[in-house]
Amino acid sequence: MTACYLDHNATTPLGLPAQGAMARAMEVTGNASSVHGFGRESRKIVEDARAKVAELAGIAPANVIFTSGGSEANNAILRGVAADTIITSAVEHASVLDARPDAARAPVDADGVVDVDALSAILSKTDGRALVSVMAANNETGVVQPVAEISKLCKDAGAILHVDAIQWAGKRPLFEITAYADVLTLSAHKFNGPSGVGAILVKDGIAFEPLIKGGGQERRRRAGTENVIGVAGFGAAAEAAVNGVRDFGKLAELRDRIESELAGDAKFYGGNADRLANTTCIGMPGVSAETQVMAFDLAGIAVSAGSACSSGKVEPSHVLIAMGASKQEAAEAVRVSLGTSTTAEEVEKFIKAWRDLRARTRKDAEAAA
Amino acid sequence: MSAETHPLYLDYQATTPVDQRVMDAMTPFFTEAFGNPHSTSHAYGWEARDAVEGARQQIAKMINADPREVVFTSGATESNNMAIKGVARFFEGRKSHMIAPVTEHKCVLESLKYAQKLGYEITWLPVAADGLIDPDDIKAAIRDDTALVSVMHVNNEIGTIQPVAEVGAICRDKGVYFHTDAAQAAGKTAIDVQDMSVDLMSLSAHKMYGPMGIGALYVRRKPRVRLEPLMDGGGQERTMRSGTLPAPLVVGFGKAADIVTNERDTETTRIRDLRDRLLKGLQQRVPDLYVNGSMEHRIAGNLSVGFKGIDSEALMDALKERVAISSGSACTSAAVEPSYVLRALGLSDEDAHASVRLCVGRMTAPDEIEVAIEAISEAVRTLRADGTRASVA
Repeated sequence: MTACYLDHNATTPLGLPAQGAMARAMEVTGNASSVHGFGRESRKIVEDARAKVAELAGIAPANVIFTSGGSEANNAILRGVAADTIITSAVEHASVLDARPDAARAPVDADGVVDVDALSAILSKTDGRALVSVMAANNETGVVQPVAEISKLCKDAGAILHVDAIQWAGKRPLFEITAYADVLTLSAHKFNGPSGVGAILVKDGIAFEPLIKGGGQERRRRAGTENVIGVAGFGAAAEAAVNGVRDFGKLAELRDRIESELAGDAKFYGGNADRLANTTCIGMPGVSAETQVMAFDLAGIAVSAGSACSSGKVEPSHVLIAMGASKQEAAEAVRVSLGTSTTAEEVEKFIKAWRDLRARTRKDAEAAA
Repeated sequence: MSAETHPLYLDYQATTPVDQRVMDAMTPFFTEAFGNPHSTSHAYGWEARDAVEGARQQIAKMINADPREVVFTSGATESNNMAIKGVARFFEGRKSHMIAPVTEHKCVLESLKYAQKLGYEITWLPVAADGLIDPDDIKAAIRDDTALVSVMHVNNEIGTIQPVAEVGAICRDKGVYFHTDAAQAAGKTAIDVQDMSVDLMSLSAHKMYGPMGIGALYVRRKPRVRLEPLMDGGGQERTMRSGTLPAPLVVGFGKAADIVTNERDTETTRIRDLRDRLLKGLQQRVPDLYVNGSMEHRIAGNLSVGFKGIDSEALMDALKERVAISSGSACTSAAVEPSYVLRALGLSDEDAHASVRLCVGRMTAPDEIEVAIEAISEAVRTLRADGTRASVA
């Protein structure tokens, strides 16, 4: 097992608060919809967790709908909100883009920031009600989107704004997004909660057709027996994140250390934009991402080539292509995403491994020439 | 509730406790082996992926399927939505008919209503007084434009086992997809997707001593079943169900399936004996008791039983400190309308409302049955005496 985990945008280790809450929830048997004591005990766990997620977002608990994760939440909103037009951006997660292949896609600039003027132009040409879906921060580059500006455009146009805050939550204060978005989507396992649970946070007055219907759970907006243990972990992770975000910004020092050490040799995607503190997407010219991740794995370092869900695919990242990278450049980038447990030593280890690989591949190239 | 004050749990069809062996299997994947099973670039991801694939094999073995036919979901509600809506969307404009009994789970009924909105006509099949469908009704109802027949294997309220193999044979013969909601069947009765000629089958882990938040949809590969995904995105689960798989829950589901494969036969015998003692004990102590649904075609643990003249809400309330039972399915526990399942069997509103669901399970001890008989019969006697006094006054 590799010892140095630098792939926190793929998933995070379960935090101690979540572990504790889940261990306590495991002691309880009961379907949260059952009226007997066992059921009421489970119901209390679910509602306590809902209040914690609500508090992280600065929204009422009744506006929090639990789902099986971020992909479900994004699909439910993109497919379920009644809108005449859907507008997203070119760098959204696949669960947004693939849920609505018919959507218009606003372009991004070379740093991966949504072109607000272009989005405005698309909005002005649409008839009827539009749903605009942009992510708060990108999973591959960490680039932060101008949600406040986009929100103003949406308000003026009478459009609904959905913000995929899956990579943002736990890394920056969530209420900064709640202030602008009509709907937010979250995933617990991206910020030290368990996998298998996520949420839709929806403001009053925004209706959507549920993706999963049946028993009428979650106020008829998401059917299915509540994942009590998972929800308990989500709540605890949310509670921890209220204070945790204050320290998260410090990771920028470690991230910037990588970038300053490798500057000149490497390309940093989105480097001029406001980014999440933990993320850097690094291009090593002439060396494929596959070669890089294998070399890093041998060196005991876990990073990824693009997003985890697409890391089995061979196509180059649609995010980097949208930022103007060539197919070859996009296929030479790896994502390094730090976590709160990441140490300076681990970062030095990565820097050394990167330099070693760079030197080795250069030598190989020279020998070949 | 502390362990000392916990009442007896006789609601195993709402949910089951997680088996300790399942818990032990899951634990490492919550903590040290936390990788994303879809991360292909490092050992954290590979370890999680290998565990997920191992669990997939365990589940496939339980139902006699190919592991590649097992698609993980968040639970049976999602599986049922995925199967029915997915087939409806794939064949939209080409087929226009589906068939299901009226006693299906709410999420099947809701998914069929979605199909209706897409233009499908639904034939709702009646059930006999014993809760069972007549396979000949299905044969008669199938049309050239029928896309899907959906029949639940075991009913969630009355525990009756439908003749799914006969239905499957009819559907196979007619070239119509057959979906079965087996959430209440897994672990309680034999499941073999080949013998049953099933094309799509929904499963839930938390009904078989696994964790909540995880289930599966079996999707036949030969002949290949076509359906549109409910969720798109990262393309996990062979593009049939996008989203990061919760590796610990998947591992727990796999272990729960493994236990079922090895222990179901002996467990069923033990549970049937306990259930029969419960029924016999109640029959001896309580007059005017009736059992809902076939006793012959019923899972071992279930007892859906009515007490003439009793209000099931009042009975549950009277028992709340001693025995946890339910008046029907958990999802509708809070609803006051009488069960649509019991009404479909021909029960009056009053008799439906006087019925409760008792369910014995893996952790039920023999002495608990005696306690339950005593508590329930006493509560029924008290409620009946109160009712008589009230009517006299």
